[in-house]
Amino acid sequence: MKVEMTVNGEKKVFEVDPSDTLLDVLRRNGYLSVKKGCDTGTCGACTVLMDGVPVLSCIVLAGKAHGHEITTVEGIENEMREFAEKLAQEGADQCGYCSPGLVVMVYALKKMYSNPTEEEIKKFLIGNLCRCSGYQGQMRAIKKFLGVGE
Amino acid sequence: MRIKNYVRPHTLEEAYRIISENERAVVLGGGSFLRLSFKEIDTVVDLQDVGLDFIEEKEDAVDIGSMVTLGELERNDVLKKLYRGYIPRFVGIIWSVQLRNIATVGGTIFPKWGFSDFITGLLALNVDVHLYKSGKMKLEDFLKTKIGKDILVKISIKKERRETSFQFLRNSLYDFSLLNLSLSCKKGKDFKLAVGARPGVAKPAKKTVEFLNSVDEPFKHLKRATGILLSEIEFGDDFRASGEYRKHLAGVLFKRALEEVLNYEG
Repeated sequence: MKVEMTVNGEKKVFEVDPSDTLLDVLRRNGYLSVKKGCDTGTCGACTVLMDGVPVLSCIVLAGKAHGHEITTVEGIENEMREFAEKLAQEGADQCGYCSPGLVVMVYALKKMYSNPTEEEIKKFLIGNLCRCSGYQGQMRAIKKFLGVGE
Repeated sequence: MRIKNYVRPHTLEEAYRIISENERAVVLGGGSFLRLSFKEIDTVVDLQDVGLDFIEEKEDAVDIGSMVTLGELERNDVLKKLYRGYIPRFVGIIWSVQLRNIATVGGTIFPKWGFSDFITGLLALNVDVHLYKSGKMKLEDFLKTKIGKDILVKISIKKERRETSFQFLRNSLYDFSLLNLSLSCKKGKDFKLAVGARPGVAKPAKKTVEFLNSVDEPFKHLKRATGILLSEIEFGDDFRASGEYRKHLAGVLFKRALEEVLNYEG
């Protein structure tokens, strides 16, 4: 079946199987920043924005994304470059596998909260797991990027 | 999970016709749990184009369409005021932000998931469910009624002045509840109490409520009320916790909830 969606501002038509997830379709079509981690809706590595809100692309069936706007890290590259630098400066980026999902979530966090507390940041990012960093460097980078709490 | 066909009907009539004509058709809410199943599905019926994504405030109730996501409940201004934000508060600690933007009201209630925090939370309020074929019924009646092929259209939450409490215990915040419990009352009377993740689907505690409603100072009768609660609700074992442990937890959560709704300072 065919599905149409806008990915990072460009209209796209993809041929998909009814069982395909949005993650499968995005990766097959070159959006390799979107990572397949747990594939069970837990780790957050596959996070993308669907109509501006973060969702797990490993859980969203491709047919469900038909007619919607999808944003991956590639689509917010300019707005989030500074955050990527902060992640590197704080030593928060080790294997890097979880970083694209985290970057998308921090972008959404910035849109939703003007001055989040550390508790609000932790609660918002509860679904973004990182097995390397221990989260401390990420938290420092997020706070510096948002200009809060340091 | 293997799906042969994926359809997005534009009306409820069309959606119902598809599921009633095809035994192996499945209605898709958010899809969070369907995606994780190992089922072979003939036809997935995605309801997103049917017009069930509304939250409408009426004079005596708030109607919520079955395709509204838990994330939308969390962000909705009407619900932030209703029961002093009770619904966004307990919904906002279910799993992750990303999953709450996918999981829907209908997809959570209709399958009667045992682990659901959402169903337990709603049982502290007066909630009606509206089904396309079976019509309107109270949420507690829906939970014990065998429903065949049908579609959850909306839920109606009655607007009242109630003190509310939602209690749970999890191994970590980012996990399913080992047990959850909801309680509400109107100035120390007219209680509503439910226990969920038992691990079976949430169940109202009617005898305990009868007792609480019959005494003047319910907190003074906590021990007796707890005894009634623990004898009327069944607690089972699963890989998360034993029935015995859940039974002990129920007493603890009940005490905390009663303190909260009565604003007990003793």
